[in-house]
Amino acid sequence: MPTVSMTVNGKPVTAEIAPNTLLVSFLRENLRLTGTHVGCDTSQCGACVIHIDGESAKACTVLALQANGAEITTIEGLAKGNNLHPMQKAFQENHGLQCGFCTTGMIMSAVDLVKKHGKPDDATIRKGLEGNICRCTGYQNIVKSVKAAAQEMEG
Amino acid sequence: MGTQTGIGASVKRKEDKRFIIGKGRYLDDISRPGQTYGYFIRSPHAHAKITSLDSTAALKAPGVVAVLTGPDMQADGIGPLICGWGITSKDGTPHKAPAHPALAIGRVRYVGHQVALVVAETLQQARDAAELVEIEYEELDHVIEVGDALAAGAPQIHDDVPGNLSFDWELGDRAKTDGAISAAHHVTRMKLRNNRLIPNAMEPRAALGDYDSGTDEITLYTTSQNPHVHRLVLSAFNAVAPEHKLRVIAPDVGGGFGSKIFIYSEETVCAWATKKLNRPIKWTAERSESFLSDAHGRDHETFAEMAFDANGKILGLKVSTKANVGCYLSTFASAVPTYLYGTLLSGQYTIPAIYCEVQAGFTNTAPVDAYRGAGRPEATYVVERMIEIGAREMGIDPAEIRKRNFIAPDAYPYETPVIMTYDSGNYALAMDKALEAIDYSGFAARKAQSQTKGKLRGIGFSAFIEACGIAPSAAVGSLGAGVGLWESAQVRFNPTGSVTVFTGSHSHGQGHETTFAQIISDQLGVPIDQVEISHGDTGKVPFGMGTYGSRSLAVGGSAIMKAIDKIVEKSKKIAAHTLEASVEDIEHSGGVFKVAGTDKQMTMAEIAFSAYVPHNYPADVEPGMDETAFYDPLNFTFPAGTHIAEVEIDPDTGTTEILDWVAVDDFGNVINPMIVEGQVHGGIAQGIGQALLENCVYDKESGQLLTGSYMDYCMPRADDLPTFRVQTINTPCKTNPLGVKGCGEAGAISAPAALMNAITNALGKEIDMPATPEKVWRAAQGL
Ligand code: FES
Ligand code: FES
Repeated sequence: MPTVSMTVNGKPVTAEIAPNTLLVSFLRENLRLTGTHVGCDTSQCGACVIHIDGESAKACTVLALQANGAEITTIEGLAKGNNLHPMQKAFQENHGLQCGFCTTGMIMSAVDLVKKHGKPDDATIRKGLEGNICRCTGYQNIVKSVKAAAQEMEG
Repeated sequence: MGTQTGIGASVKRKEDKRFIIGKGRYLDDISRPGQTYGYFIRSPHAHAKITSLDSTAALKAPGVVAVLTGPDMQADGIGPLICGWGITSKDGTPHKAPAHPALAIGRVRYVGHQVALVVAETLQQARDAAELVEIEYEELDHVIEVGDALAAGAPQIHDDVPGNLSFDWELGDRAKTDGAISAAHHVTRMKLRNNRLIPNAMEPRAALGDYDSGTDEITLYTTSQNPHVHRLVLSAFNAVAPEHKLRVIAPDVGGGFGSKIFIYSEETVCAWATKKLNRPIKWTAERSESFLSDAHGRDHETFAEMAFDANGKILGLKVSTKANVGCYLSTFASAVPTYLYGTLLSGQYTIPAIYCEVQAGFTNTAPVDAYRGAGRPEATYVVERMIEIGAREMGIDPAEIRKRNFIAPDAYPYETPVIMTYDSGNYALAMDKALEAIDYSGFAARKAQSQTKGKLRGIGFSAFIEACGIAPSAAVGSLGAGVGLWESAQVRFNPTGSVTVFTGSHSHGQGHETTFAQIISDQLGVPIDQVEISHGDTGKVPFGMGTYGSRSLAVGGSAIMKAIDKIVEKSKKIAAHTLEASVEDIEHSGGVFKVAGTDKQMTMAEIAFSAYVPHNYPADVEPGMDETAFYDPLNFTFPAGTHIAEVEIDPDTGTTEILDWVAVDDFGNVINPMIVEGQVHGGIAQGIGQALLENCVYDKESGQLLTGSYMDYCMPRADDLPTFRVQTINTPCKTNPLGVKGCGEAGAISAPAALMNAITNALGKEIDMPATPEKVWRAAQGL
């Protein structure tokens, strides 16, 4: 079995894995980082979004081996210790989540969205979150959360 | 009390922390030592005989532990899945609910039907071995649409159900309604189709069975909205284990919308197989399995007639519906198109005569059961489309015709011709506020402006009503329910004054951990961070009925209020003893117990401590501060309101843009406005999904599910939806101690009619849901 090495949430990890192991399975099963979710089998829902070298990516669509040598951030690594990331705080402040299942992927996508767009308007946020499905919230409070976080992130 | 954490405050949700840091604990996040993985082999055919099944090769494959089949379950005495609500047909015969084995025996009846379970050390091994199980089928004719299934000569799906008819049910007065129709000034007649939907909670269904041979106890972790109902059915009907040896845990559940109420094949199989194999077994649905085998929703074909006098006053409503129930009757499938549907056909209106008949037909499709709103969206769609079309045909303003028919605010209790008694409401107030918010008087000018851009603008109303807080046990029992629909609550003070509430309700996104804590904080003065809400584990909480039908606050919250009453009563005795006063002289408010007219007082925390350290304590009072209550509602609750949608259609592309959405809902008293608003948003989004985007389609020829993934089944995404403008009015419910009505389903119930009324208003033409660009374009082009 091949060996894979990467940095996950700041910690180096090395493991032997079957070559067809998906990155999302590696994170969830091998590393027990279960905050990254699986909501579909067609790369459509965004529940699995993480950051690979600072860019958002769907972990269900990447082989663990493809991430060899990469810097991975999952939702568990977003906060700095007990200090929540502004996006995490904004989701709580603005009731941007209900069941929470889409939320981790949504937050990871939104962080990247704000990084790329600065202070996005509603339409940009809605367009930018097209790859993330939420069945609970109707998105309105998610949009509100992202806007609020952008204010704080971008000063 | 109106504190910052009490009733009426938009308290930020206590449960959010674990979800936003990735520490939610959903089913697939849980693993047990020595766990195996289950993979279900499913039927590729819509209807077929299983002529042979050979697992020899699969059993030799690496890591395979077992291949289990329907006959294996039968041999172990495991009973079939049940339908828990008995419906009686017009002719007095009981509904037909053919045996539904958890794994197929001899015959498969829909694509996705569970045939066998492969258990292996890893999921990959189970999946690979499934390929080696040799199954031969002999295909049979199939039928997909309910109209076809009920027609003469249709393929027979069950040998013991002639004509595929499960039941032919009626409600109301046929002769009186026919009389009203024949004497009417105007009759609106319409065929309406309520499209079939797939619920799609974002967390797929999953189950993990874990047998302990030492205690002979099975623990079933499952994605359930009602773990005790799961335990009851799995014990009493499926005989998986006696109730005291079966623990059902529904941990964090990622959305339900009804689809996680039911007792499905997969969890039944996992609960049985873990003991048989003496190994933990985990199964998690792939999304494609969810599409195939979660209970679907809606799927009605209806013909309706609404009779009016010359002023637009409704004289009668006659509704004939064919409901597709899929290939078996799921857990509550029979109640949805009957007592959750026909009983709401009076809407917000005084209608002297109503008659409804429903034929439920089996088809070679997945079972159909409750999905957000369950019966009530279908009823609202009929009533609100019919009155709107009637208004158009008679040239009466659609807001005006509704007002002429509203039940007056002083007419309560109001008994409808379809066995409901509404306790309270103010329909004209909600309508007026909605008209003002959307600037109805400015609509004509806005329409003209759209016209100058070559766009078609439309406005549509839905004045919905629903029956929530299901429901008085004796009443539902007399209508066929196999269970009582009360709720439980246990309020436990810890010696240091913090509180744990054990509730029979289950939260899978609704925010109970906050709303319920607000009730405790409000009533007993406990800081909200000192209140913990525990739910979802039959090993911890008292027997409860779970969450569906917008019942958690109206029924579960009322149970908490009853337990609080007991706490207060006991506390008064302790306070009286300690403060050397008589019990009658103790006054309670917000957790402070005072001797009337003095400044002598004790706080709830002091009393709780005294109850656990009873050194100076009344002789006739038990130690401890831990009270349990069960609450059986007196009536349904009746949330109602008006939604108005405004749209603009591009006739060249057929795209519909939702420009504005106003919702004014009467939910009675509101505990947490922020959470209520969120519930309304989510409900409207699902209702818009139904009207604009979502449609479950099976290929009639092959019986295959054509919309089996997110590539084919169009889920509402962020850029499909507008910003909703949501308000509430608050006419307190008169039949429960909190005065609350329930808000979880309102949006999904109201939205489809509002949006279709707007779209057809713009088009000047009727189309069915979903209003896809193609359909809209064809209508706009006059094709
Ligand atoms: S799990 Fe759905 S996109 Fe990755
Ligand atoms: S919060 Fe439940 S899916 Fe988004």
